[in-house]
Amino acid sequence: MNQWMFSILWIGGIGAVCGTALAFAARYLSVEEDPRIEQVTNELPGANCGGCGFAGCADYARALVTTSAATSLCPICNSAVIARIAAIFGRTAEAVERKVARIQCGGSDAEALRRFAYNGIADCAAAAATGGGDKACAYGCLGYGSCARVCPVGAIAISSGLASVNPATCIGCGKCVPVCPRGLIMLVPAAARIHVLCSSKDKGPVVKKVCGVGCIGCTLCVKLSDGAIAMDGFLAKVDYSKPLTNDALVDKCPGHCIQTIG
Amino acid sequence: MKPIRAPYCFSGGIHPVYSKDLTRSAPIQTLPCPPQLVIALSQHLGAPAVAIVKAGDSVSGGQRLADPAGVISAPIHAPTSGKILRIEPAPTPLGRPVPAIILEPDGHDTWDSPLTPMPDWSRLDRKSLAGQVGAAGVVGMGGAGFPTQVKLSPPADKPIDTLIINGAECEPYLTGDHRLMLERAEALWQGAAIIRYILGAKTVHIAIEDNKPDAIQALESARTLEDAAVCILKTSYPQGSEKQQIYSVTGRVVRTGGLPMDVGCVVENVGTTLAVWDAVVNGRPLVSRTITVSGDAVAAPANFLALIGTPFAALVDACGGARGRIAKIISGGPMMGFAQASLDVAMSKTSSGLLLLSASRVPGFTSQPCIACGRCLDACPMGLMPAELSQCIEADDIDAAEHLFVMDCFECGSCAFVCPAHRPLVQHMRRAKAIILARRRAAIKK
Repeated sequence: MNQWMFSILWIGGIGAVCGTALAFAARYLSVEEDPRIEQVTNELPGANCGGCGFAGCADYARALVTTSAATSLCPICNSAVIARIAAIFGRTAEAVERKVARIQCGGSDAEALRRFAYNGIADCAAAAATGGGDKACAYGCLGYGSCARVCPVGAIAISSGLASVNPATCIGCGKCVPVCPRGLIMLVPAAARIHVLCSSKDKGPVVKKVCGVGCIGCTLCVKLSDGAIAMDGFLAKVDYSKPLTNDALVDKCPGHCIQTIG
Repeated sequence: MKPIRAPYCFSGGIHPVYSKDLTRSAPIQTLPCPPQLVIALSQHLGAPAVAIVKAGDSVSGGQRLADPAGVISAPIHAPTSGKILRIEPAPTPLGRPVPAIILEPDGHDTWDSPLTPMPDWSRLDRKSLAGQVGAAGVVGMGGAGFPTQVKLSPPADKPIDTLIINGAECEPYLTGDHRLMLERAEALWQGAAIIRYILGAKTVHIAIEDNKPDAIQALESARTLEDAAVCILKTSYPQGSEKQQIYSVTGRVVRTGGLPMDVGCVVENVGTTLAVWDAVVNGRPLVSRTITVSGDAVAAPANFLALIGTPFAALVDACGGARGRIAKIISGGPMMGFAQASLDVAMSKTSSGLLLLSASRVPGFTSQPCIACGRCLDACPMGLMPAELSQCIEADDIDAAEHLFVMDCFECGSCAFVCPAHRPLVQHMRRAKAIILARRRAAIKK
């Protein structure tokens, strides 16, 4: 009986002392935190993708409160969420345009040739370092999925040796952009529907030799696009700041590299 | 001095099937000039050379075609007389296309070398001899292509006492250096004497693996130099690697990130030594080299003396063409060489071999997870931990790989050779090294 009492008193006593110490600490050592940080963090998606340029959602929330960071940096948030965040600070919401990643190559294994059988590690940078990459086109997607592996939401799929982005799930964080050794990935407005899916700067005959869906530099689309497509050497490039609605381009493109997505 | 046995041997290493019998006894034949030469502007380590000729120019043999761009660079000379057709990107044995000078030989081979022969080199000063070597475009011909002039001009606070001429030729199949040692033993000793004089070194060793007894014999009977000896190495891959060879011959260890000159040594390949001799004594720039064309898919394997810029296809034709279906083309040796996508590539100053292998020599495999057997640790001649490193790199932890000295890996391939799980260990290392180098370059730019 005595032993029981002894244990209970000791444990209880330690608990009481520690509890009191904690209570005092909570009262006198507490740090005032701006309640808006928690409010903003709750509004943010919590994906911690880093697309805003800060180290995760909480860090961005802190930056919003302590600095004059723009409210529209989160690539995932739609305009309603941004309006709510702006309202917390009493600011006016900045206009946002949702962006998605787009792989500027359409050369799947059915269309684009490979120069040799690559049997090294499944990494695009490693493949590109092996004899310049196995894809015959020096600009094309190698298809070893380095971009898919860094995607935080699994929006990139590899099929038939070609990466493609699902615009519905892509959050536009841009993590895939720097990992592509061929620099094929670009963030484009989600609303844009017509794209040139080729990055080859080679002349038409060279492109034709290695790929069935490459830009041959015929400039036909430039004439039909009302200034929204311009030539960069032998490659047609879409200027996403201009409206492009002429769906006929898709059928007219003799290189079959203009496609609609989204 | 009589031939000596190397007193040490590096730890690790492997014993691949050497397959040198295919070309071991084939004398070096001079390959006739091909109808077109493709002379890449980047055939060496360092900055690509800058072309000083243009399309349409007529050039004579030995004329300088491109100037070095910076300290770590080398000039390029016309291998024969002819007309410059164009300057355009062309594929190289290393993969990426680089600008190249396309030369159409006129068949006369008129020669007009800008270099003056210096047969009385021993009365000239070291600096002008090193300058002559640089002006002749001599680069390390073992494979790395490091400009030789830089190696021959060590800073004053790094005295060199030992010169090692590397005749190990530890790569399977390759026999070019072996043939050079047999056929040009006297010139080789003279070349060694010139390099020793330039460096102010005391001792010369010609290091040869003990699987080439005839070369050891030939060099020993041609030896006239004092303080020079043939050093017999145990046959083991990679004896031909600079740091391993320095240890085998002298017992000195080059520290992480260090250079041979830190331990008073310079290592020059046999081919490089002969190129130095040619440049100094004959005033002849580096425009040709020996190359072994071998493998079981070659009709008649051979050793050639071929002009720089000779297309691989011309070399194969000179061997009677391919035999059967080619499964793999390798520029260099099978361990450290580079697989080629086609024969539409021209040889460079560093092409020591061209191998055509049939499917029976190129087994397919699938890479599996590491089974932690530790064989790669025993095999690594640098004492690294390839298993650990590859797993760090697979997990994208490049910092950890750097911490585990991935930059010391010189990609000899011993680890991947012994791996029972067929893991592409070297490729992982190369990937990590490329990322680390890119980071360092970016840090310097900042």
